[in-house]
Amino acid sequence: MTNANIAKNEPPRYEDSTMLPPVDVVEDDSGITLYADLPGVSKDKLSVRVEADVLNIEGEVTLPFATHIEASHAEVYLPRYHRAFTLGQELDREKVSAEFKNGVLKLHVPKAEHAKARKIEINVG
Amino acid sequence: MYRTLFPSDLVAELDRLQRKVQRFAGPSTGIRGFGRNSFPAVNVGGTPDSVEIYVFAPGLDPTTLNVTIERGVLTLSGARSSDLPADDKKVAVHINERFAGRFSRAVSLSDDVDPDRVTAKYSDGVLHISIKRRASAQPCRIEIH
Repeated sequence: MTNANIAKNEPPRYEDSTMLPPVDVVEDDSGITLYADLPGVSKDKLSVRVEADVLNIEGEVTLPFATHIEASHAEVYLPRYHRAFTLGQELDREKVSAEFKNGVLKLHVPKAEHAKARKIEINVG
Repeated sequence: MYRTLFPSDLVAELDRLQRKVQRFAGPSTGIRGFGRNSFPAVNVGGTPDSVEIYVFAPGLDPTTLNVTIERGVLTLSGARSSDLPADDKKVAVHINERFAGRFSRAVSLSDDVDPDRVTAKYSDGVLHISIKRRASAQPCRIEIH
């Protein structure tokens, strides 16, 4: 199975370019939750890595039975997704948890213990 | 406007766009437009004996998807619920790019497809619809005596 036909009509120099998957990012007291749309990526072709301060999400598109197809209309024309986010010091990158179902990645990055919100008392003098 | 996917290589994208524009600058375009910038993204391709349609619709319950073929037009519709919390003051939404809500898309099919021989399968967020072409429309070799 190959992905060559997704970008069949494009010259080889497009092989290095990637698609940016759309994401939702929400934050609550416990940490940050990220949802990313990665349709066509199977679990073994998904990579989520934290290097230094950067969270990298990469995925490779594999379509079933797509080997001998002549594409006539393609809106997904690159075989890879990539998106990177810079994490702040307040986030605990050791405890990132991930779920991947039906092409949607859900990542939770908890806040480090020392960074959890605490109410600051304001003294009126 | 919701954008399904964002290419990250801007120069390559501009170049590609230019060639796309040249290709579509013919005398007419489809009345349903090109369907870009809408959810879900659709790829259409064909083999000599089938038409293959890939619908990039992640995070859906496949039982809520409606796929119909009528008068040579394949229509798919459904709804995707939002993963964002409903108006909670303790939660901040930093990025909101993913599609939520009802959607409907249509694909014109060629005349030689057989609407009775369709298979549809949903995996990894992609709905794959395969429609067989009629046998009479397939190329056959004519013997010369």
